[in-house]
Amino acid sequence: MSNLETLKQDLAARFRIDNYQLNQAFGDQVLVIPKEDLLSVLSFFKQTDRFDFLMDVCGVHYPERAKPFEVVYHLFSSKDGSRLRIKVALSEGESIDSALPVWKSADWFEREAYDMFGIVFKGHPNLRRLLTHHQFVGHPLRKDYEADRQQHCTSSLPIHFDNEPGSPGDVLNEKYVPLNIGPSHPAMHGTLRVMAELDGETIVRAQPEIGYLHRCFEKMAETHPYNQVIPYTDRLNYCSAPMNNVGYCKTVERLLGVEIPPRAQAMRVILCELSRIIDHIISVGTGGVDLGALTAFFHLFTYREKVYNLFEKLCGARLTVALTRVGGMAQDAPEGWFEDVQAFCKEMRVAVDEISKMLLDNKIFIKRTQGVAPVKAADAIAWGYTGPMLRACGVGLDLRKTTPYYGYDALNFDVPVGTNGDIYDRYLVRIEEMRQSIRIIEQVCRNVPGGDFTIRDRGIVLPEKKDVYGNIEGLMNHFMLVIKGLRPPVGEVYDATEVANGELGFYLVSDGSANPYRLKVRPPCFAIYQSFPSVIKGWMIADAIATIASMNLIAGELDR
Amino acid sequence: MANTNQQDIILNPSLGAPAMTGTQTVNDMSRSFALTTRLDAIVAWGRKNALWPMPYGTACCGIELMSVMGPKYDLARFGAEVVRFSPRQSDLLLVAGTITEKMAPVLVRIYRQMLEPKYVLSMGACASSGGFYRAYHVLQGCDKVIPVDVYVPGCPPTPEAVLDGVMTLQRMIGKNQPRPWRDNWKAPQYE
Repeated sequence: MSNLETLKQDLAARFRIDNYQLNQAFGDQVLVIPKEDLLSVLSFFKQTDRFDFLMDVCGVHYPERAKPFEVVYHLFSSKDGSRLRIKVALSEGESIDSALPVWKSADWFEREAYDMFGIVFKGHPNLRRLLTHHQFVGHPLRKDYEADRQQHCTSSLPIHFDNEPGSPGDVLNEKYVPLNIGPSHPAMHGTLRVMAELDGETIVRAQPEIGYLHRCFEKMAETHPYNQVIPYTDRLNYCSAPMNNVGYCKTVERLLGVEIPPRAQAMRVILCELSRIIDHIISVGTGGVDLGALTAFFHLFTYREKVYNLFEKLCGARLTVALTRVGGMAQDAPEGWFEDVQAFCKEMRVAVDEISKMLLDNKIFIKRTQGVAPVKAADAIAWGYTGPMLRACGVGLDLRKTTPYYGYDALNFDVPVGTNGDIYDRYLVRIEEMRQSIRIIEQVCRNVPGGDFTIRDRGIVLPEKKDVYGNIEGLMNHFMLVIKGLRPPVGEVYDATEVANGELGFYLVSDGSANPYRLKVRPPCFAIYQSFPSVIKGWMIADAIATIASMNLIAGELDR
Repeated sequence: MANTNQQDIILNPSLGAPAMTGTQTVNDMSRSFALTTRLDAIVAWGRKNALWPMPYGTACCGIELMSVMGPKYDLARFGAEVVRFSPRQSDLLLVAGTITEKMAPVLVRIYRQMLEPKYVLSMGACASSGGFYRAYHVLQGCDKVIPVDVYVPGCPPTPEAVLDGVMTLQRMIGKNQPRPWRDNWKAPQYE
């Protein structure tokens, strides 16, 4: 509470805080302010270095309120891992100052809020649709928009660019060659589109277009009960599905105020680290493919298949596993599974060394990546970079160390950091992280706690099938939970986990019903990708391909 | 009739110029007829065993498709290893992943750029029907805009299922199965 008090005093010294509300809810610090003060409060926090990251900006729609819209900002301090949620209420048609002058990372988040809710951010230079197509009418995340009302798109937008001060916007310069890459292009991973203007091979300006895989995750979450949202989370970052399950369930569990048993925690840690390894396999493997190195990809895929086998043993599915449940795991690990995991770790250790030799020591690979399109640490923080991309710039931020969960603080592992923030360092960090993940898994596997794999709260977890079919009490519990649904208390919570790409945050608003009222995902690569135009400016077109590959953009979480 | 004979002689100079009899005309006709069917069969055999897929991987299924191409499952065993990312060099469109409304015009454009004969395999629930995304920005199946030959269920389908789908398509091609959905397809009216 002292933290909250000092925050209050600091604010009182600078602002008239009679109409501010500062409180603590479910462990989160929440500050409600009038919209006029937003920019000055944000810059106050940034200038005093209280919070260095603007992690997320999103909207929420409450149609029954006098001011039906709420814009929610999530600030984060990398020094002590503290977070602050700032909320501003808006009435219909009212606009709010753009946070762009203070934090560059607000760019796409504000565009998304405009797209989804029609909230107007004053001073934002590119307030146009981001995720839905250009012919879309209305704002889909408003509560009066039906989830299944499709609007057909009959054309693709021609090459267009962001408006920036001093830039001609959509007007193309005749001196330069306009170039469109994607969305159907091998280096664009199927769903990204990059438009560029070239002077020779040099990129004068570039512009990504996203939304080609906007599958309406957040609307789907609002129309499904809590446990049925889990399969949807699988498909956010589908390269490392279990991590998304864990992140989501952890958020709901925090709102419910339950702690999962040690065995479930251990299993979740193992799954997370296995997923981190296979995610980096895809990232490093396809990164090599995009630069013309096919061998590493095929070699690494053998090991990805081995992890699929481990997942299959656990649940029967390979890729989209939906392994966790709110309150623990779906089922216990089969006999001998932990030994299998340890055996895999031994093989993987060798494989990582091989890959390291194959790629990181490869002359062509080094020439294509070293010193190419580097990002400075300060810029990376301003853009909201997290994960390996941030650590490659030399910032050792890892949520597993800063705000440990599931016993990560008791485990022995290092956080690798780069020095230059270039493409080579990003792969260097990823490959070292694979080694660290193996270390973590081996430590956890050596002494897995016994006990149950889930909590047994009747209002949260379904009873076991033998009880459902075996006794009347189990049957009634099952019936009640299925009919009534899992109902967390009214409230809201933001929770983040360190996934393969960085910070995956879930902002969950509950109105006490069986479905989430609002579930906002803060995807790590979304914040990273918005920096692409400025990162790639002045580099060659071939460097753009290498940069996109190194950002590890997973369309599922990028477009949601 | 005279025409056929003339052609036959030109095509087969070894036959010389025999006297024209009724029986021979029938014989020649049957020979040329038999030749046509055999050509069809041999072309179909070639087509089915030399599919050049264009992977249109947009989402999770795209990752599973990597497994299909990868070392363990290896689609190359079925003669379909030459993955082309240019629609003009491929004859099998593998739609692997959710097609959103925004993506639909792109997909149609890619399909129209492919050369005949061309086939479409829809991999997974999303590509086949929209899957569990009954949502405002998701096309409810890619067959709304392009003709699909084989649907592979699953979310995502296992690599075995995809291999089965490719083999099903190969059987269809091998038998020259009529494809009315393809023949009656009308391209959506796009700008």
